[in-house]
Amino acid sequence: MATVETAETAVAEDGGVRRRDFINIAAVSFAGAGAVATVFPLVNQMNPSADVLALASIEVDISAIETGQSIKTSWRKQPIFIRNLTAEEIAEANAVNVSELRDPQTLAERTTAGKENWLITLGVCTHLGCVPLGAAQGEIKGEFGGYFCPCHGSHYDTAARIRKGPAPTNLEVPLHEFLSDTVVKIG
Amino acid sequence: MSFPWAKQYTPTTEFGQWMDKQLPLPRFVYNSVGAGYPAPRNLNYMWNFGSMAGLFLVVQIVTGIILAMHYAANATIAFDSVEHIMRDVNSGWMIRYAHANGASFFFIAIYLHIGRGLFYGSYKAPREMLWLLGVVIYLLAMATAFMGYVLPWGQMSFWGAKVITGLFEAIPFIGKPIQELLLGGFAPDNAALNRFFSLHYLLPFVIVGVVIMHIWALHIPGSNNPTGVDVKGPQDTVPFHPYYTAKDGWTIGLALIFFTILMFFLPNALGHADNYIPANPLSTPAHIVPEWYFWPWYAILRAFTFDFLFIPAKLLGVLAMFSAILVWFFLPWLDKSPVRSGSFRPKFKIFFVILVIDVLILGYCGGAPAEEPFVMISQLAAAYYFAHFLIILPLLSRLEKPEPLPTSITESVTGKPLTTAS
Repeated sequence: MATVETAETAVAEDGGVRRRDFINIAAVSFAGAGAVATVFPLVNQMNPSADVLALASIEVDISAIETGQSIKTSWRKQPIFIRNLTAEEIAEANAVNVSELRDPQTLAERTTAGKENWLITLGVCTHLGCVPLGAAQGEIKGEFGGYFCPCHGSHYDTAARIRKGPAPTNLEVPLHEFLSDTVVKIG
Repeated sequence: MSFPWAKQYTPTTEFGQWMDKQLPLPRFVYNSVGAGYPAPRNLNYMWNFGSMAGLFLVVQIVTGIILAMHYAANATIAFDSVEHIMRDVNSGWMIRYAHANGASFFFIAIYLHIGRGLFYGSYKAPREMLWLLGVVIYLLAMATAFMGYVLPWGQMSFWGAKVITGLFEAIPFIGKPIQELLLGGFAPDNAALNRFFSLHYLLPFVIVGVVIMHIWALHIPGSNNPTGVDVKGPQDTVPFHPYYTAKDGWTIGLALIFFTILMFFLPNALGHADNYIPANPLSTPAHIVPEWYFWPWYAILRAFTFDFLFIPAKLLGVLAMFSAILVWFFLPWLDKSPVRSGSFRPKFKIFFVILVIDVLILGYCGGAPAEEPFVMISQLAAAYYFAHFLIILPLLSRLEKPEPLPTSITESVTGKPLTTAS
């Protein structure tokens, strides 16, 4: 039953803080904390689910890729370029003065030691996410012989480093590991 | 709207005044659920279930929109997509269990809310429209809950859809075409699943619309109260905020505790294990029953095992089941007693308790297998149910001598007569 607050109960007993003030603040804070705790899973459900994350690593057989060839495959629903560099392309990449690059990295830093001819990158332009050309036979490779993004004209070199155009960084090298000479695990 | 002594909204900040001129939304809130809405000072805990039903409606809409982000309404993958929600989606199991059990809590709140209205005569003048809108909300909620139960596309979903649409087949001559129209086929399949999903998403928002009208209709005469006596002056009311916001908040907190206990520790207690078997059009589960909140009506449906005159049993059962709720639309005109509150109606009080027991018995029989003695008990209980509304209530309102009413709400609370301080 509702009780109307009387002058008597409204009088502060101690330092102007009433028992009711304490209950009020405690109850509202508790409800607020509960609301925040509830909102977390309601938003977190939008993050990648377990079945999506389960696709996070793939194994690719690279035995059929000849020197100078490259293939496109798919990892986490995104294109992956696997390129078997020629000796000239490796030399070309190593001849560049790294300190002049927008995103300074050597070819060695972007490949596995002893397997420098295998350049594995995401086929996603770091500008706005288009798929650059150059992986498939007959596609334009850009001014630096690597990849060329047709959307806004980013040129990548033979180490897939950004050399010209709006892209801010080199094509991303995903975490990868050679399980044998012919099988590479990506992710 | 509201009483002349209601507190006036006076924006104190400059922004508040600017807002009040352009879009008086804060004023609207203040006058509907704030200090500007005076409510009777003697409301008991039975008046807490309206806001609770509203809360669970919001829970259902929020969790439902999330589930729709992960669910696929296609008969070949619907079942798997629900398992995907349970196993793969982050906290998906929790959100689905919240949605499944939230439906039960919505119905618990709504049944207690309806029971309150029945006992305290909240359906009587000047609140008939308020009551009618409430019955509409209940009917919409039933349709929504039924279609939602079909979506996981388990065995209970499939056979529930088949049985419930089968009800329409009972209509003479046009029954069969109507059933085929509803299903988009001869048995539940992709077409039915898709339209049920579409409507299951739509109807809750229709419910929200009717709820807004329900609250609007409430605010014109103001809340009824346990004495049923009209509010006579400022002494009879307290501002809705903080008095009833705090009180509603307290029971909402309690309800959420029980809700989380059910959700986390007994999530399938109110469900059926058979619904974790994918829908199979060639095999009916041995014991098929709807969700608990439909049991009383299901018992009435099954009570009709005999043809009457030229009406076949099947049609009788369907008519009886729908009439059991449709009779509520006529309640304000069946119960003519001028006394609202059951507290002052000694005979009505007894019959009200019997009705509650009767509905509980019907509920128990509705959940039990369709065999004796439950069929006979359902028949007797269904007969009593209709007798209560169609015979007992009209007779009572003529024959019963009500107890004297308090002259005012304040008198009933303080024991002292109302003194108008003018």
